Amino acid sequence: MSNQEFTNYQEYTLTIFSENSIGLLNRITINFTKRKLNIESLTVSESAIKGVFKFTIVIICNHHTVENLVKQLEKQIDVIRAFYLTQDEILHQEIAMYKIETNALLETNEIEHIIRTYNARILEMTKEYTVIEKTGHKAETQELFEKLKPYGVLQFVRSGRVAITRLKQELLSSYLEKLEKQHRPAV
Amino acid sequence: METLAMEKLKELNQKTTRVSGSEALLLSLIAEQVTTIFGYPGGAIMPVYDKLMDFKDSLKHILTRHEQGAVHAAQGFARVSGRTGVCFATSGPGATNLITGIADAYMDSTPIVCITGQVGSHLIGSDAFQETDVVGISMPITKWNYQVTRAEEIPEAIAKAFYIAKSGRPGPVLIDITKDAMLQEMDFVYKPCNYIRSYIPVPLMKEEQLNRAAELINEAKKPLALIGQGVILAGAEKEVLAFLEKTGVPAAFTLLGLSAIPNDHPQHMGMLGMHGHAAPNIKTNDCDLLIGIGMRFDDRVTGKVSKYAKQAKIIHFELDKAEINKIVKVDAYVNGNVKETLPAVTAKLIKNSHKEWIDEFKIIREDEEKRVIKKELYPEGNKISMGEVFRVINEAVNGEAVLVTDVGQHQMMASRYFNFKNTRSWITSGGLGTMGFGLPAAMGAQFGAPEKTIISVSGDGGFQMTMQELGTIAYNRLPIKMIILNNNFLGMVRQWQELFFDERYSSTPISSPDFPVLASAYGIPGEMVKGRNDLKAAIQRMIQTPGAYLLEIKVVNKGNVFPMIPQGAAVNEVLFGDEKPSK
Ligand SMILES: Cc1ncc(C[n+]2csc(CCOP(=O)(O)OP(=O)(O)O)c2C)c(N)n1
Repeated sequence: MSNQEFTNYQEYTLTIFSENSIGLLNRITINFTKRKLNIESLTVSESAIKGVFKFTIVIICNHHTVENLVKQLEKQIDVIRAFYLTQDEILHQEIAMYKIETNALLETNEIEHIIRTYNARILEMTKEYTVIEKTGHKAETQELFEKLKPYGVLQFVRSGRVAITRLKQELLSSYLEKLEKQHRPAV
Repeated sequence: METLAMEKLKELNQKTTRVSGSEALLLSLIAEQVTTIFGYPGGAIMPVYDKLMDFKDSLKHILTRHEQGAVHAAQGFARVSGRTGVCFATSGPGATNLITGIADAYMDSTPIVCITGQVGSHLIGSDAFQETDVVGISMPITKWNYQVTRAEEIPEAIAKAFYIAKSGRPGPVLIDITKDAMLQEMDFVYKPCNYIRSYIPVPLMKEEQLNRAAELINEAKKPLALIGQGVILAGAEKEVLAFLEKTGVPAAFTLLGLSAIPNDHPQHMGMLGMHGHAAPNIKTNDCDLLIGIGMRFDDRVTGKVSKYAKQAKIIHFELDKAEINKIVKVDAYVNGNVKETLPAVTAKLIKNSHKEWIDEFKIIREDEEKRVIKKELYPEGNKISMGEVFRVINEAVNGEAVLVTDVGQHQMMASRYFNFKNTRSWITSGGLGTMGFGLPAAMGAQFGAPEKTIISVSGDGGFQMTMQELGTIAYNRLPIKMIILNNNFLGMVRQWQELFFDERYSSTPISSPDFPVLASAYGIPGEMVKGRNDLKAAIQRMIQTPGAYLLEIKVVNKGNVFPMIPQGAAVNEVLFGDEKPSK
């Protein structure tokens, strides 16, 4: 195998569709632990099909590892489909929330200026605190955090990644129908 | 055979009847054609054991002397018969005692279903007495596992368990059932499972893959086929023979692929791997095409991967997609069941012979005969060698026996020198290399093939890991022929210490009881063989004496298994053991 397969580390976004069974998250993460891979981000929620869950996992590894990892994931009985995408094949977002003191916001118009420049928005405002929300890449939400820091950030949270592919891809529902036709034995 | 329980099953399937979870479990097992269960009772699984009393005519429960024995027996049963092995254990320590066997079955793709009892569902998560998260513990080593907490889940869980364990690439499945689920009542109906939408056991054949493979094989001047256990699991022995005979390709075997075709076939070039035959190992780095068939390029087979078959093209016939390009990058692959894909490719091949190429293997074979094999089979010293024991066994049984081994030097000697004639006549722990596997696996094999002669060969170390199963063998009057090759050492580790650790024998000398005396305590006849003159007659007696027999054979203390590819060396860097003056 070419050396690059092993030496070229990059970020991959994994998409996994699975049945909603207890312990499946465990079964999936075992495959990362087993290879000493650190999960950078993980998001799980129900997909467009009821009862089918979608995992989005971000890892940094070499190409050989991600290839094998994805096959091992797809091999899990309750996993319907697993694949990986590289940075340029996806659109992705993360959502971040920042809680600051409302006083800090009112004292000057600097914070308001920051909110405007960063395309963030105010989600909730009370006498004590204000919650600001921003959607974007990790670097962007991080930058906003750095900007707000001098004014005192009481709380900061960032979600895992959600991603959608730029590639043309078969819908899971049609994939499932095809499987059914090809593999369910006639009775 | 229509047993009472089967009749009852039919009746039950016609109208719904209320049964307990335990009864539902046993009826489900009967519906899956299970006849033999290996196991050990305990608190959390008592309702199931109680119900077993009512199913004596159709379910035979074999009480082992340790749960590890039960799971290895289930493995031996599956390996010899091709049917799914079943074992029972209670929660907590009973369940954890199964773990080694489950891991072994996972590595060696053995279909088994393990049923464990679990504390009542209201106690789960409370660190109750004998509560262990066995579903969590066994997750990395099961093909699938599931915890049942309600009786009505039982038939479906069991149907899925058997379908998953046996279909596709086989493997172990564990079903954990809470005690309250065993006691609850439910309406019993059984539907076997044959489809799970998230699981594709056998991918569809792809014409372009078949064509590409055929093209490469037709072009090859110096092809070499590597046959693995996948062929046996698929029951594709005949298809492999047809492929080999049409193409004239020489074939080599992985440890678990042995017995797929008889040793005396003219294209059988021997075993691959660390202690395999020199010719196929050396020729791996000389061929122009490697054809892996139902094997997984294990590191014991490849040696140093960066120096593995670099000059050759590689084709991989493999069912499990995750094995393709896992260790070696291949030039072509055929993803599917070899029983279908191999004939489909064979049909596209031109008839060929590779006589001169095979002659090159023979030259190396002759060298190995001179430098290693002859000395091992006909040793000059007065101590018996391990190889010589297999020579004498061959003379006595002529391949008409199932050989079950433990792990170590004797295992490698067995794989090298036993004369394999019939498929599924070889049961050994490959991927996990589990000492203590042999004796209980032999028990399971005897239940799986009652008409066959089962010979169990162990080292003095490994035998002592599970020798409590002598109790099971005696009680069930299993006619197993047990051989212990006693070198007073943990031989394989001692060999590595000799070769790579300056002969510092740290914790490898091992003492043993007088094994025949031990056997006699169980009412099993046996004898100790110390000299060559008694060897042949003793083996004859062992074979001819009805019932179990234990033969302890004192062998050379510091014998070594050669040839050997040291760990980290390339496949063609074979040591014959005579390179430097022996120490
Ligand atoms: C459960 C387990 N523990 C340790 C080992 C490591 N090991 C591999 S071979 C071996 C020595 C086996 O000695 P013995 O059973 O006497 O057989 P011999 O090699 O002498 O034939 C050991 C300790 C193992 N394979 N399995």
